[in-house]
Amino acid sequence: MGVRMSRGYRLFSVMNHCFLLLLAIACVLPLLHILALSFSSASAVTAGEVTFWPVDWTLASYENVFGKKEYLVAFWVSIKRVSIGVFLNMLLTILIAYPLSKENSQFPGRTMYAWYFVFTMLFSGGLIPWYMVIKDTGLIGSIWALVIPSAVPIFNVIILLNFFRGLPKELEESAKLDGAGYFRVLWRIFVPLSMPALATLLLFAVVGHWNSWFDGLILSTRTEQYPLQSFLQTIIIKLDPAYLSSRDAELFALMNDRTSRAAQIFVAAFPILIVYPFLQRFFIKGIVLGSVKE
Amino acid sequence: MVAALRKYWPLHLMILPGFLLVLVYSYGPMAGLAIAFKKFMPSKGIFGSPWIGMDNFQFVWSLPDTPQIIRNTIIIALLKMIAGLVAPIIAALLLNEVRKAVFKRTVQTLIYLPHFLSWIILGGILIDLLSPSQGLVNRALGLLGIEPIFFLGDNRWFRFTLVFSDVWKEFGFGTIVYLAALTSINPTLYEAAEIDGANRWRQTWHVTLPGMLPIIVLLATLSLGSVLNAGFDQVFNLYSTPVYETGDIIDTYVYRIGIQKAQYGIATAIGLFKSVVSLIFISISYFLAYRLANYRIF
Repeated sequence: MGVRMSRGYRLFSVMNHCFLLLLAIACVLPLLHILALSFSSASAVTAGEVTFWPVDWTLASYENVFGKKEYLVAFWVSIKRVSIGVFLNMLLTILIAYPLSKENSQFPGRTMYAWYFVFTMLFSGGLIPWYMVIKDTGLIGSIWALVIPSAVPIFNVIILLNFFRGLPKELEESAKLDGAGYFRVLWRIFVPLSMPALATLLLFAVVGHWNSWFDGLILSTRTEQYPLQSFLQTIIIKLDPAYLSSRDAELFALMNDRTSRAAQIFVAAFPILIVYPFLQRFFIKGIVLGSVKE
Repeated sequence: MVAALRKYWPLHLMILPGFLLVLVYSYGPMAGLAIAFKKFMPSKGIFGSPWIGMDNFQFVWSLPDTPQIIRNTIIIALLKMIAGLVAPIIAALLLNEVRKAVFKRTVQTLIYLPHFLSWIILGGILIDLLSPSQGLVNRALGLLGIEPIFFLGDNRWFRFTLVFSDVWKEFGFGTIVYLAALTSINPTLYEAAEIDGANRWRQTWHVTLPGMLPIIVLLATLSLGSVLNAGFDQVFNLYSTPVYETGDIIDTYVYRIGIQKAQYGIATAIGLFKSVVSLIFISISYFLAYRLANYRIF
């Protein structure tokens, strides 16, 4: 198609390409500016000389950031939470999605279970009761507060169960005839065949845990328990005066210096920028297959 | 019953861990909503505290800030819903006109990216970028001879900044479903239209848009459910006292009253109000989606 293109359409096409290019650049330009700031000298930044390329190239801000014990501690908490949290998310997603992908006739009770899980997407207890349950179950102040309450990602379960339903039924039936049980069918047939969907959900789980900040902020009892995003919230978004007085003057400088702020922002975004391109080619396929049903 | 259990026990066993976790951490808080009708005393716990009926709700309604906060929430949420619906459709239509696969994929990769960054990171970036004294945006405006604008501290600009930055973050990711819908349009429809003498504009109007319509209707109805979701993560990280007038929303209000002032009963009452209204809207939207687009959740 599009063999005979009118002059008007060709003009549109050129402008369309230019517009989309600008749009795409606009999506990453703010990040590039922050990156340029982080590699520039403080004086060049204050003088307003930096736009999208570093001026007076220096690594001082990164030395600053990585020289701070607090930052490294928070980084480590984040890595722990992502590792444990993503493992739990993926395990539970797979275990729940498989039985729910059956028809009610193949697994009596399936529809009741499905509503049981979906209802939590429609209605919630809200902030305070949620906080109190976590407190009453003794999780406050431990890493488990960040991974246990959010261990079942219902949205991911739905994507995966719809993906499972799209797989050919004959595979399971023939495996059953060969004497394979439900667990074997799940691990040996469904999981290997669902790699695009699982890669997508892995990306969602990693990003979700890495980006979470609110739970870390209110479920920690000491600042050393903050994951990176919660730590950054208190450092670069809301300067908490009480928090300030408990820290040294060096940390104060870290908060106020624009290049160091930029470096901290960039380091926090860095893991996402690393995993994103690898998993991106999967996720379009995964989302589409998981959300479109026949 | 016993026979069924013997046959299906592995399936029940698979669900059990998730079932228990959801019971405790999702249904547990729902039971905890009882605090909304109680005078909460930390020493007595949720169940020991005395019932006070609707007192907490009456108190919330008597607060002078309440109507303003509900209005802010709805205005911000509606603006985001509309802009968040229209922007991805336009972007998807424009992307659909691109023939070079490499160009298309590059643009897609870049516009999906902001979706994956947290509002902590984007908040940090925006605070720097929009600073009235040193921010890049105001430096650029200065070159055009425009006085610095305090986007995050000026009530005339705050909502605009919220909606604009939210659309900027999410429009790219939103194109995914539309692009998927576009690939499922039968190519013979375009060929037929071309034989009938339809140019590209008419093809877009008569083939592409109707092909996207079901998914547009679906997403529009489903978005109804977030009529009270103005975006806590974003607002919390961008707002400040001077812009409470236009930017304070239910969720941030609940946080300040509940977590900061420890007024558990009152905060829970506001939260319950939000949950119930949201449930009503979500139910309506799912019903509409079912009727209009034959949509089922699972």
